[in-house]
Amino acid sequence: MIRIEDLTFRYSATSFRLRVPAFALQDKERVAIVGPSGSGKTTLLNLIAGILTPEAGQIDVAGTNVATLSDVQRRRFRASTIGFVFQDFALLDYLSARQNILYPYRITPALTLDAQARDRAEALATACGIGDKLDRHPTALSQGEQQRVAICRALVTQPKLILSDEATGNLDPDSKARILDLLFEQASEAGAAVLAVTHDHELLPRFERVLDFAQFRESAQA
Amino acid sequence: MNALYLAFAYLRYHWARSLVLTLVAALILFVPIATQILLSTSERALVARGDATPLLLGSRGSQLDLTMAALYFSDERPDPVEMREVEAVWDSGLAMPVPLHTAFSSGGFRIVGTTLDYFDFRDLGIADGRGLSLLGDAIIGSDVAETLGKGVGDSLVSSPENLFDLDGVYPLEMPIVGVLEPTNSPDDQAIFVDIKTAWVIQGIGHGHEDVVTAAEVAAGSEAVANAAVVQYQRITEDNIESFHFHGSQDDFPTTAVIVVPNDTRSATILKGRYLDSANPTQLIEPAGVIQGLVDRIFRIKSLLDVVTMIIAIAAFAAIALAVFLSYRLRAREIATAVKLGARRGMVLRLLSAETFTLLSISALIAAIGAIIVSRNAEAWVGWLLALGS
Repeated sequence: MIRIEDLTFRYSATSFRLRVPAFALQDKERVAIVGPSGSGKTTLLNLIAGILTPEAGQIDVAGTNVATLSDVQRRRFRASTIGFVFQDFALLDYLSARQNILYPYRITPALTLDAQARDRAEALATACGIGDKLDRHPTALSQGEQQRVAICRALVTQPKLILSDEATGNLDPDSKARILDLLFEQASEAGAAVLAVTHDHELLPRFERVLDFAQFRESAQA
Repeated sequence: MNALYLAFAYLRYHWARSLVLTLVAALILFVPIATQILLSTSERALVARGDATPLLLGSRGSQLDLTMAALYFSDERPDPVEMREVEAVWDSGLAMPVPLHTAFSSGGFRIVGTTLDYFDFRDLGIADGRGLSLLGDAIIGSDVAETLGKGVGDSLVSSPENLFDLDGVYPLEMPIVGVLEPTNSPDDQAIFVDIKTAWVIQGIGHGHEDVVTAAEVAAGSEAVANAAVVQYQRITEDNIESFHFHGSQDDFPTTAVIVVPNDTRSATILKGRYLDSANPTQLIEPAGVIQGLVDRIFRIKSLLDVVTMIIAIAAFAAIALAVFLSYRLRAREIATAVKLGARRGMVLRLLSAETFTLLSISALIAAIGAIIVSRNAEAWVGWLLALGS
């Protein structure tokens, strides 16, 4: 699903530098990324998603070298291939849960909002236990329910890859495990791989593999 | 469509902010349009009334006061002219004079003493009842009827001019015999009586009571000689015969005289007769006076336009700032949209869609307001022009 070779990146305004010699993620694989703050975990997700472009190296996602795509192509690729789950849920307060799930279809021409997409949103919400709360706005939902909405939004476009950035960071311990299991379950049903940044070491056994960013620390601080 | 959907959802969720912005924008759009409609209608109404009144005879003094008093029955009180001036116009054979006596009021509306020629001249139709036929009869304009809630069979009492003037004017009760059709002109706001009725109100005409009444004789009560003259407050079938006027009618006052010349030549000859500045009367063309007034109003309007423009610029700048600040607050949403693969220019599309939606609703409200103003402009302008009368 993902193949990275000799990746280097630096922010022009800081001394931050990231170097990943090699990394691979198989189809449907569930991998956690752990490491100290500031080591570049989120930066790696942004590079994989095509939000940032590398200085050098190759980032191959689902057979496409993201680094060689134009900005427009990367946006379309991201919308159709990748699902994002954020720590702060990033839901829009002025949209209902249903419309938040369908939000990706509203912001890009790469996706078409049709009856199938609406049915899929409904089915995902029901599977995540929020089927009866689709007309509520985020302010009327609990934190756990908001993260379920965010998971549904990440999966509704049927992406091949889910990028999760501290998706359970704002949840209580009980909810963390439940939400992560839900994410894995839904991703598995959709046939999507999961690459998740996390600080919760108790959750690591639930992943198939753990990538410790400490191995890149030297490079990152160089 | 998606940008519009999101814009509408955002505006609906933040309805209070949207409502304020929409109303402010609607007001900015509405006020200049409504002002323009009302001013244009006012200009048309003013000029039309002026154009429809060929010449005006009155005492020498302010032409505007004379015009306002005679055409709009305003509070202006030009010095009266004597009825001999009316007779002089009749005698000239050059024009038809229509005297107007506008010194009194009732219920806040001007009492206009005139002759039957006025109704033909202004082409006033009777909606209910009949025309003037007896001393004391009154015909009221449509607005008077509506405002006072009176109609045929009711009566009006003239307002005393000065409560402390014991030797002054006594109120007169006048039966309403007719209601005029609406004209959207100052005639709607007037109470018409025969000019002789106006003179009775003024105290020039009066009646006398019998020294001994038949009823008193029949009842065998003691007859007491009483030659005291009383001012009648009501003109009835029983006492109408006793009403009379002292002195020559030529000396009786009138506020102004509408002069309808036979033709242009007659008008020119008549105007020539009143050119002498030593003559205590003047003959003016109301159209010219009204045009001067309109020109003055429009000079003021151009100043108002500048003020409106400045306020509009300031208000739109405030709206733009509000929209800009709301986008600063929505930076996180925009970042999320970018991460989810939002198309390039999505932010601009959202901004445009929100602005478009806001302005569309504002324009719709302003348009509805403008249509309402436009449909009622004539009636409202008629009412505005009659204010102060």
